[in-house]
Amino acid sequence: MPITYTSNEQIEVYRFSLPAAILIPLIALFLQAFIPLRFHFFSIFDLPLLVVIFFAVARRSPVAGLLTGAAIGLLQDSLTGHPLGLYGIAKTVVGYGASSLGVKLDVENAGSRFLVTLFFYVVHEIVYFTVARGLVGLTLQWSWSRELGSALANAFLAVILFALLDRFKQRT
Amino acid sequence: MENLVTRYRNVTILMVVLFAQVLGLAMQVRRSTQDESTRLIRVWAVDAITPFEKSIVWFQSGISNLWHNYFYLRGVRQQNRELKLEIERLRIEQVRLNEDAEQARRLQALLGFKEQFISKTLPAQVIGSSGSEQSRSIYIDKGSHDGVRPDMAVITADGIVGKVLRVFRTTSQVLLVNDQTSGVGAVLEKSRLQGVLRGTPLGEVVLEKVMSDEAVQPGEKVVTSGGDQIFPKGLAVGTVTKVSPGSELFLNIRVRPAADLSRLEEVLVITQQLEKEPALADGGLPMRAAEILAQRLPSVPDRPPDDPNSPPPPTSGLKIYSAPAIPSPATGAKPAGSAPTAANPKPHAAAGTPGNAASSTNPDGSSAQPVSPPKPHPPAAQPSDHATNTTFSQPQPASSKSASPPTPPSTPTPTTQEPPQ
Repeated sequence: MPITYTSNEQIEVYRFSLPAAILIPLIALFLQAFIPLRFHFFSIFDLPLLVVIFFAVARRSPVAGLLTGAAIGLLQDSLTGHPLGLYGIAKTVVGYGASSLGVKLDVENAGSRFLVTLFFYVVHEIVYFTVARGLVGLTLQWSWSRELGSALANAFLAVILFALLDRFKQRT
Repeated sequence: MENLVTRYRNVTILMVVLFAQVLGLAMQVRRSTQDESTRLIRVWAVDAITPFEKSIVWFQSGISNLWHNYFYLRGVRQQNRELKLEIERLRIEQVRLNEDAEQARRLQALLGFKEQFISKTLPAQVIGSSGSEQSRSIYIDKGSHDGVRPDMAVITADGIVGKVLRVFRTTSQVLLVNDQTSGVGAVLEKSRLQGVLRGTPLGEVVLEKVMSDEAVQPGEKVVTSGGDQIFPKGLAVGTVTKVSPGSELFLNIRVRPAADLSRLEEVLVITQQLEKEPALADGGLPMRAAEILAQRLPSVPDRPPDDPNSPPPPTSGLKIYSAPAIPSPATGAKPAGSAPTAANPKPHAAAGTPGNAASSTNPDGSSAQPVSPPKPHPPAAQPSDHATNTTFSQPQPASSKSASPPTPPSTPTPTTQEPPQ
């Protein structure tokens, strides 16, 4: 599916109800913390990241996107044993980038969603690793094969998840 | 300038948000890892997430219990028979192990070792994880209200799991041993080589700081050393799976954890540990010669320790001072008083050493004379079972202590025996 360029007049901007805007990230965080206990392989997914990308490309507002990314990232950080800000910074960048991209491109179809998620997952991991190693001093090991595998898995999941979350969109 | 900011409003906000987070991150890193400046955000997040997790776990366990306890009972009778047989086998084995344990306690007492005992544990259910492959931690459904504190050890029946990292009101975060920021003092069971157990970025567990010239074989068990002051000594850690030369002078020893860290459902939090010297018998404390004699010689009058004019007690051979308040060596405390007596020997013969009483010194400086080895005694009345190896040439059964009249002071002759080699 080709990614089509859209002008600002053509794009549609969506918004979300307050319960959806609060509960969807919380449910994503809950599932991310709970499911890997029973199904360990699930830890390769990053549901909060997918939610950040979804909100960013739907709202098409860079400021809203980066703030959403920062908030969800900091909440995700607070569940880990690491300092706050690792996921926060990475998801801020992703939220800004995805919303900026959403302004320029049509990301309503499955193919574009797949590619956007694939790209921003890798961006997210690069930013996370850079900050974690450079600023916090964590000894993380980068593996392209592992990261690309996780990116593909997340991209597939994103196509399904975004289709479900489309139900909560409201036209402005 | 204003136009510039307005024009690049989005980028400016992005930079401000990123700068704020980097600044906050740098402040956290500069401070200690137990920094509480971010506690509020963590509490919000945990309070928002964990109620869902608790509800799901509660519902899930309820359904599971209902099914397994009331419906799915297939094979229970057969399992019951097998368990009874297993109990019989274990009872026989227990008798043998008790003997070994008692011998080990005696030997430990000889060396003055201190043991750490798990005196209190708190069962907890695992309700969540960090959700990140880079941070390996779990959440349990017990918090500060239940007595959980940071740095408490968390274990399962199979082995150690981790330590409590953060404590909230009703939940706690547990750092798993395979997290790269964790560290556990460990020792190889056979070779007794000590090292530090650490997690790797990939979630594996390695034993570090073992010199490369040591011989370590795959399959060897690893247990806690107790040196980290968190885990009691001797808990199962895992098994060595691979040994390879590491960086510098150390071996790279990979360990498979004894507890399955990816499938944790229930854990135990060690909420209280006791450190004491080993007792020699179940419920019994090491007794000194004077205590034994005081029991056997009720007619010996108490002598004030600071009364030099009082007559010596009518004993033959060994002069005994009654010392009713002798603390046991297990407590590590020494009795009050200054004069070295049989009950309170010289300072160099420290309490807790089994040979203290055997080398007891009389107030006048003379030593008790060792005599012939003891005769066999009934088990209940064997003083030789205790740390002191003082025995009597005419021992009495334990039952005779209360039933028979007091033995005359001159009847028992206290003797000493060298401690077992």
